[in-house]
Amino acid sequence: MDMSTIAFPLRLSLQVAGVSTVFVALIGVPLAYVLATKKFPGKQVADVAVMLPMVLPPIVTGYYLLLIIGKNGLFGHFMQAVTGTAVGLTFTWQAAAIASFAISLPLGVTTARAAISAVDPAHGDASRTLGRSEIETALFVVIPLAARGIIAGLALSFARAVGEFGATIMVAGNIPGRTNTMALEVYNAVIYGDWRTATMLVVVFTVVSAVVLLGATKLSAAVVQ
Amino acid sequence: MSALSVTLRKKLPGFDLDVGWAVRDGFTVLFGYSGAGKSLTLSMIAGTLRPDEGRVVLGGESLCDTRAGVWVPAQKRRIGYVSQGSQLFPHMTVVGNVEYALKSTPRKERRPRATELLERLRVVELADKRPHELSGGQKQRCALARALALEPQALLLDEPLSALDLPIRVEMRELLRAVQRDTGVPFVMVTHDLVEACTLADTLVVYSGTGAVQVGSPAELVGNPATPEIRKLLHAMEVPEAVFDQARAPRLVTSRREEHVA
Repeated sequence: MDMSTIAFPLRLSLQVAGVSTVFVALIGVPLAYVLATKKFPGKQVADVAVMLPMVLPPIVTGYYLLLIIGKNGLFGHFMQAVTGTAVGLTFTWQAAAIASFAISLPLGVTTARAAISAVDPAHGDASRTLGRSEIETALFVVIPLAARGIIAGLALSFARAVGEFGATIMVAGNIPGRTNTMALEVYNAVIYGDWRTATMLVVVFTVVSAVVLLGATKLSAAVVQ
Repeated sequence: MSALSVTLRKKLPGFDLDVGWAVRDGFTVLFGYSGAGKSLTLSMIAGTLRPDEGRVVLGGESLCDTRAGVWVPAQKRRIGYVSQGSQLFPHMTVVGNVEYALKSTPRKERRPRATELLERLRVVELADKRPHELSGGQKQRCALARALALEPQALLLDEPLSALDLPIRVEMRELLRAVQRDTGVPFVMVTHDLVEACTLADTLVVYSGTGAVQVGSPAELVGNPATPEIRKLLHAMEVPEAVFDQARAPRLVTSRREEHVA
């Protein structure tokens, strides 16, 4: 057993989880804001669609993703129409990031939504009466006031993304040196009876998760309320 | 012409609001029982809540007219709003709060303008503090500075003094009257305190709780309440004569519904 065995999966997992979490922040937080503060037709449907991956087995979510980003899926057909070649995103680290995003999004959205809902609506109203637009109200008042909960949601999303397995194996495969994330590597080690590597990976996994949670707690505490 | 006229209907679970009144410039106080819809009325004037039906006309401009499909959003109304809890943004400093209201002021001029407003309200030494470090009275002064930064066409005050101790409350009453006189814009304040209402109001609007609304000077209304409920409200507490002497001359208007105020 040497450290190089885990260096690539660790780096890949952090990269996949990092990219996934950036997208959860960019897409999930605005989504949480809209779900927490607005009424619109079809809100319940949107709500269910966002939350579904939380209750579906990851392997099922992975299958849906295959239908979307696979060579023979929506993305492949789109690329065929645009470039003349059917290209899919499957079996790449990007596919692993998409899988992690889909699986960890509901966690980020649920936590951020609860934090945004907890902000006194009178602060939003005060911002509006001071001549500030809806976007300014969200960016400068409501989201900063919900920052602790939002950071906690992003930390949970990151931790979930680092450990993503089921959807990842469906869309990214388990290709050594390309898509073998930490979770997949634990699986590989166990399958091949390499218990020492498995144990080491699991310990590293636990430490990374603990560090993420600790970092998020410290960051949340540093946010001035 | 009235400075502000409202006719509002709003159905909420367990409560129907149906009021209409019109007032001229000056200090208007909405007085009545809790749950009579006074704060709801302010929210609809501010534009943070839509009425089911009705109109809000301020300075001749229609801000809301459900029949004509007119709805000016809160952002565009330039109506200041100060509530009991002040609603200063807790993550910003006092001066940051005031600067936030100076959106249309060039960035470089925001700090001096905010400082000037805080000086005017005698709280400039609190500029760099956060709201949780302030007393109730200080918060209200800062919230007032923030609302004035907007150069509002009207200022709405939702029980701004009710959480304050009596000496501070008396001081704040004087301040509010002085600020109203200086700015010349209509102030509309909600209160449960009859002495406060009679001390501050040029025009008193009494919400009876049964849908009837009476409008007039404090002296007029106390002397001539339109319904038994309003009599009960206005005579629940002995108001010293001096309070009426202190109030300015009666300005306008007695009505139950806006349509009766041509």
